[in-house]
Amino acid sequence: MIKLEHVNKTFGDHQALTDINTEFKEHETTVIVGPSGSGKSTLLRSLNLLERPESGLYHFNDQTIDFSQPLTNKTILNVRRKTGMVFQGYNLFPHLSVVRNVMEGPVQVLKQDAETAKQNALELLDRVGLQDKADAYPEQLSGGQQQRVAIARSLAMDPEYILLDEPTSALDPELEAGVLRVLLGLAQEEDSMIIVTHNMEFARAVADKILFVEDGQILFDGTPAEFFKQPTQRIADFLAAMTFTTISDKANQ
Amino acid sequence: MDSIWHIIVTATPQIAAAGLKYTIPIAIISFILGLILAIFTALVKISTRRGWFLIVKAIANFYVWLFRSTPLLVQLFIVYFGLPYLKIKGVFPNGIQLGPWTAGIATFSLNTGAYCAETIRAAILSISQGQWEAAYSIGMTKSQVLRRIILPQAARVSLPPLSNSFISLVKDTSLAASITIIEMFEVSQQIAAQNYQPLVMYSLVAALYAILCTILSWLQGYLEKRTSRYLRPLN
Repeated sequence: MIKLEHVNKTFGDHQALTDINTEFKEHETTVIVGPSGSGKSTLLRSLNLLERPESGLYHFNDQTIDFSQPLTNKTILNVRRKTGMVFQGYNLFPHLSVVRNVMEGPVQVLKQDAETAKQNALELLDRVGLQDKADAYPEQLSGGQQQRVAIARSLAMDPEYILLDEPTSALDPELEAGVLRVLLGLAQEEDSMIIVTHNMEFARAVADKILFVEDGQILFDGTPAEFFKQPTQRIADFLAAMTFTTISDKANQ
Repeated sequence: MDSIWHIIVTATPQIAAAGLKYTIPIAIISFILGLILAIFTALVKISTRRGWFLIVKAIANFYVWLFRSTPLLVQLFIVYFGLPYLKIKGVFPNGIQLGPWTAGIATFSLNTGAYCAETIRAAILSISQGQWEAAYSIGMTKSQVLRRIILPQAARVSLPPLSNSFISLVKDTSLAASITIIEMFEVSQQIAAQNYQPLVMYSLVAALYAILCTILSWLQGYLEKRTSRYLRPLN
């Protein structure tokens, strides 16, 4: 289980995260929503230690990290090994073929032998529907395919949590659907996932829990059923802005 | 008087032999050493480490500044003719005496290393932050990220400017004539002094340098193709 207590993070004068307290249970899918620049990504990236909050506690199973203390490399690598990350811009390694992208972590970090890693990588590519692209280079794939490879790459490390930072924001609706299908499959297999997204339909479909973040604070922490009942005016406004009907309604008035 | 054709036919093998014996080995050895030096210098310069490492950074900055701010010919003279007078009690009581071969390779390596360091630094910085983050996120250490992810991509970016440096270096080895190395240009000077045909001799050696550099340009083209295999063709 992941648990955050009193986590704060600033970028210069800007307070990116303010007193974050929440937990992410195993085998659950948590969806983080909120307006752009609200701190959603910073929160997610802090879990992978790509961002370093200045204070607060980060509990990962039995391990506790105190952000106010300097972190050792061992701690950082240990957390990163247990948390896979999927980025909005895919960030595949362009000079490596698709299968080698997926094998890179297991071979270099987990020291698996290349043959085992390759078999495993091919199975994962099959799972995201891309086994026939194993020998292609990332540049030869569509954005949606690249993102599915990126998901396979993070799964190859067999992480305890998969963190996804707006995984479909750069994709058109058809390509997005292909990626979301893969994620839905993972959610149904009860992998532990934390997803930042703007896609409310998807959030409703996969979330066991929703966090609504604004101005670096968690304004809602609960079930999707409660969230979509629009418990506060702010959430009602946020959800209304996300659907086209309100825009067209306003235009017709 | 010999016909021009006769001069060319007899002089070319002598100059080419000097090329094989001195120009090409000096250029290749100096470039390899310079490249190794350049990679380390570039890594030091982009490092964000603090503390005692700032001294190492200052040394790297000073080195690049020094060798880019002074003429190569002057550097050769200082190393070959000047250093024997650097007498330090207990360390170098008789000064630093380097043979022409050592002095030449040391100077050419240091000089090209300073330029290539900047090329490699720029190439590393041109690789997007996302590549670092993706590699870190799968648990790689900094040296793994550099070795496996960043440097292979930086190599492709830096290939054209590094080829520039290598081609310049090949031609700059002609300066080694001034520190008694009998490379291509020195041989052509000696022949010109005998046959009083400076125009023919210097044009001939120029042509031989041009052939050498043309071959290197082809090699560059081949390497660029090889290292760009993973990119989508532009058309």
